[in-house]
Order: sequence, then C-alpha cells, then structure tokens
Amino acid sequence: MKVLKFYLIAVMVFFGFSLAKAEETLNGAGATFPYPLYSSWAYQYNKETGVKLNYQSIGSGGGVRQITSRTVDFGASDDALKLEEIEKNKLLQWPQVIGGIVLVVNIPGIKSEQLVLDSNTVCKIFLGDIKKWNDSRIKALNKSLNLPDNDITIVYRSDGSGTTAVFTHYLAETCKEFKEKVGEGKSVNWPVGIGGKGNEGVANYVKRTPYSIGYVEFAYAKQNNLAYTLLVNASGNIVKPDLKSFSEAAKYGDYNPEKHFYTWVTNVKSKGAWPITAATHILVAREKVDVNKKVVKFFDWAFSKKGDKLAEDLIYAPLPDSLKNKVREYWRKNGIY
Amino acid sequence: MAFTNTEKNFKSASPRTFVGNYKSPAFIDKFFHVITAVSSFLIIAIIVGIFFVLLKESIPAISQFGFIKFIFSTNWDPVRELFGAGVPLFGTLVTTIIALCFSIPLSIGVAIFVTELAPEKIRGFIGGAIELLAAIPSIIYGMWGLFTLAPIMANYVEPFLQNSLGMLPVFNILFRGTPIGIDLFTAGIVLGIMIIPFSASIARDSILLTPQILKESTYALGTTHWEVIKDVILPYSKYGIFGGIVISLGRALGETMAVAFVLGNKNKLPTSLFDATTTVTVKLANEFTEADKDLYLSSLFYLVLLLFLMSFVILAISKYFLFKSKKAHT
Repeated sequence: MKVLKFYLIAVMVFFGFSLAKAEETLNGAGATFPYPLYSSWAYQYNKETGVKLNYQSIGSGGGVRQITSRTVDFGASDDALKLEEIEKNKLLQWPQVIGGIVLVVNIPGIKSEQLVLDSNTVCKIFLGDIKKWNDSRIKALNKSLNLPDNDITIVYRSDGSGTTAVFTHYLAETCKEFKEKVGEGKSVNWPVGIGGKGNEGVANYVKRTPYSIGYVEFAYAKQNNLAYTLLVNASGNIVKPDLKSFSEAAKYGDYNPEKHFYTWVTNVKSKGAWPITAATHILVAREKVDVNKKVVKFFDWAFSKKGDKLAEDLIYAPLPDSLKNKVREYWRKNGIY
Repeated sequence: MAFTNTEKNFKSASPRTFVGNYKSPAFIDKFFHVITAVSSFLIIAIIVGIFFVLLKESIPAISQFGFIKFIFSTNWDPVRELFGAGVPLFGTLVTTIIALCFSIPLSIGVAIFVTELAPEKIRGFIGGAIELLAAIPSIIYGMWGLFTLAPIMANYVEPFLQNSLGMLPVFNILFRGTPIGIDLFTAGIVLGIMIIPFSASIARDSILLTPQILKESTYALGTTHWEVIKDVILPYSKYGIFGGIVISLGRALGETMAVAFVLGNKNKLPTSLFDATTTVTVKLANEFTEADKDLYLSSLFYLVLLLFLMSFVILAISKYFLFKSKKAHT
C-alpha cells in the first residue's frame, strides 16, 4: 500500500507540475526560415520574463494547418494568407520580420557581388533558355567579367517552401513566360535543374557543383560563404543584398490591416530596394483572446530595440517603425494588445 | 500442445494452488497467452488501420485521377494541381534495380567467401563488418554519398564511363549528360551498399544450411571448390538467397534519406544514368509538410498507398520463396 500511495503522489505531483508549466509555455509551429531568430528571441524572452516559447519549425504549410486545427497557440508562415482564408479559418495575421532571397552561384573565379543579373536573365536561366554562362544576355550585363563557356546547372528547392513561393512570385511578376509555363507557389514543376532539400540542401549543391546557380535565404549564403549576385531592381538600379536594401523594399508594401497585411514586397519600385524581399508572418486563432494576448506580448517585445538587435545579428531585417505601429494598431483593434 | 503443458504445470504445482490465484501457474500461463495474443492482433489491427487511413485520405486523388492514369502520368504540378505517380514509381524501381545489380554479386560473393573460402580467423571479422553496415543510420549514407561519393563520381567515375562505355553504340544513351554526381547512378550505388547486409547475411545463413556430408562427398569425387559451389551449394541454397534478395529489395524500395541526398529530386523521367529523378519516399519527405491544397495532400497519400501495396506484394513473394526454401531443406 505504501508503495501505491507513493506512486499516486508521484503521478499527481508530475501532472500538477506539468500543468503549472503548461501555463508558462507558448506553443508555435511553422516556417523554417525565421526559426533561428524565433529561438534566439525565445531564449532572451525566457531569461527576462520566465515565459517559455516552444517553436517547431515544421514548415509554413504545417504551421497554417496546425493553427487552423487549433493545436498550437500561434502559427508562422512565410507567405501571407489571403483575406478569404483568414476569414474562413477565423485567424489573425501580421508580418513579423523581413528576409531577402539571393541568387548564389558557383563559377570559379567569380566572387560575391560581382555578377549582375536582372529578372529577365534569371527567368530565362530558370526556364532553361539560357544554357551557358557566356550567353550574350548575361554578358550584356557583365561586360567586364570573363564568363566561361560552361553549361549552367540549376539548383532549386525540392521541398515545398516559402522561399520558393517568394522566388517564383518574383519571377512570375516580371516574366510572363515563367508565369505561363511554371506559375508560382511553394512547390512548382521546375523545367530544368536538380532539387536540394531545404535552404541548406540548395546551398550545399551549389557549393559542390561548379557552374551552378540556386536561390537561398540571404543568411544561408553568408553562412556557407557562397558567392551571391547583384540584381537589377524594378527601378533599374543595380542593388546588393543587405539589411538596408531589404528594409527599403519592406517600406513600400501595401500593408492594409483590413486585408490582414496580405501583400508582396517583391519588385518594389524604389531606388535601393532588393527585388526578392518578403515578410514572414504570424497567425493566431481569433477566439483565443487570452492566449493571443500572451503571444502578442512576446512578439511586441520582439519589436523592441532589443529584439531588432537580435534580428540584425542573424541577418533578418526588422520591420520599419511605421509598419510596427500599424501592427500594434491592428492588435489593439482586435482586442489582443 | 500448449494445453497439455498447462495441465502438466498445474498438476506439478504445489497442492495449495487454486484457479483464480494470480500466482497460480495456470493463471500465469493464461495471462501470458492473452498478452502475446493481444500484441499479435494489435499488429494486424495497426496494419489494417494504416491501410484504411491511406485509402480514405487518397480517395479525392483516386476519384480525380483514377488508377491507371495516375500510375502512368508523369505530371507533378502543384500549381495547376495535376498529379501523377509515373516518375516517382519509375524512379523507385530503377534505383532499386541498379542497387540490386550492384549488391547481388557482392553479397553472394561475400556469403560464399565467408562460409566456404575464408580462413576461420577472418570469417567472424568480415561477418561483423557486414552486419555493422546495417547498423549505420541511413542519413549517414546520404551525407557520405553527397560529400564523398558524389564528387568522386562526378570527377572520376562518370567521366571515365562516358569515355569508355559511353563510346559504344546503343549503350551511349545511358551515359549522356553532364556528370554532376547527383543522379540515378550514385543513388543506386549508395542504396546497393546499404542493402548488402540484408542479402549477404541471409545468403550466408542459407549456404550454411547445406549439409556438410553432401559437400564432403562431392569433394571426395575430386571436384574443385568452384564446382562444389556451383553444383551443390548454390542450387541447395538458391531459395534462401533469393528470399534475402527480396528482403533487401523491400528495403531499397522504402529507403528515403540516403536517396534524397544524392538523387537530385527532379520530377522528370530519367533517360540516362546520369539524370536526376525522384522516388516515392523522397517525394513524400520533400513535399508532405508544405502540401497546402487538399488534392495535393491526397495525391501524396495516394503515392503512399501505392508504395504500401508494392511493399506488400514484394514481402508476399519473399515469404513464398523462404517457405519454399524451408520445405526444400526438410
């Protein structure tokens, strides 16, 4: 009997403990792209407030699914949901942080920020029209570079991803042929090339395969020391990818709280804007007001100077202040701030 | 049998035992019987459950694309929601066939060497090494394939093949394209290495079943090692060897991570050994998490269902041959 009693007490203590703990934990799931940043924020936030954040980077699609079925406190998605989807599933959505996608190349002798491409050449390369690096259309943009007579190997993301969604949106927006032949989405039917799994998979294939080109989040290009290209943006300027050009693009989005901030910031017409930029988003369930208040508290903390600093350390661009205030206004209006 | 045993136990137990006492041997026996039966039926229930869930989830795709059309279609366009299993099914079969071409001669050779030819001392050593191959997680094979094997293939093996076999008429179709080391050929070889332990250890066990007296009397007739192996051992153990091959085939069909790293993940029918393609499991690993439309998800489930059926058929064949081999030995 004594043993039984002890066992019962142990079980009760355990459950009591885990219940008490559950109150202090926020559960989230979704996009892999902001995962390093969300963990870094969560670590710091936990140190300051004691609130734990448990974020599973299962992919944007998974994040949307999980929040729709209400199994997590918040979901995260790289591409924004449209108004109809938000309304249908009774969600709220806001942008949290900005990221940029860059083209990485492996051409012996060519370093970062040397090769210049524009949306048309990128489109033709990924359609398989431009087959060699010394194609006249690439040469026209890079008169001073000595480009080799080698076949281009294209590397794309094999897994469905927000990165692909943004990159194909950028191409579909500027290149009619791409829109008709391939279209845009988290995973598309690429006409040429090989597929790497995840940002790290693409980075790896490009690093290993001479004369290849691929697209990855900027942070991965930096971490892997890959040569990234410059791009001609929508206003005709040659820009380089950095936090400044990402934020510049983010400023000009048509952020409408009525549409739950659904917008694209690719190909923004501004002198210094990086053309393949996107915001990553947070989704919460409308009816869970109390939980949402806690979620919002965390993400508002992330909007602070301290949060911005952590973001910049990891090469994510913080939202412009005007947009942060719009998001705060949106929270207030929905009674979760 | 079990019943008489129970009775015997019951009788031989101490006279104070009575039915219903939880310490009585009869009760323990019954309890044990129930537990084992429940575990066994649970397995069947799980398998049936998995099958029905897969079937239920793939109904939208089945009604949209049908069976024949889905199997032979090479479309996989998530944007336009056109799906077909042609490429992944073909890729699965071809990688498996290449893997078998690579692993069968090796594993039979290993099995014969270890059982018949090797000195006693190194038999255990080689056997252990082979079994260790099976203990390596498949992601390690994938990483090794990507970082070590793929560059070797791209820089040495594949250009060499192009310059030798690729020069022959007819054969040259198989060796076309830029060798980048991430293709069918590399994936087949990585898979082949992975499945060697399965076929080799079963081949070894069935070769060991050849009666010693049969071999010795053949040797007594003045035959060579080669003749004994060819005319006595291999005919005797062929069913077992075949069973082992089929089990390794099942393993190759389902392998995911190792292949995902070196196959190139491309939804296109390969025309050369140096083309990238995809397999069923690789497609699932890549696309399951982000399948956001219902038909898309359902088509992925449909792929799983097809793989499930394929594995089932293959296991059934393997069981049949193992059963036949057992019968041949007794």
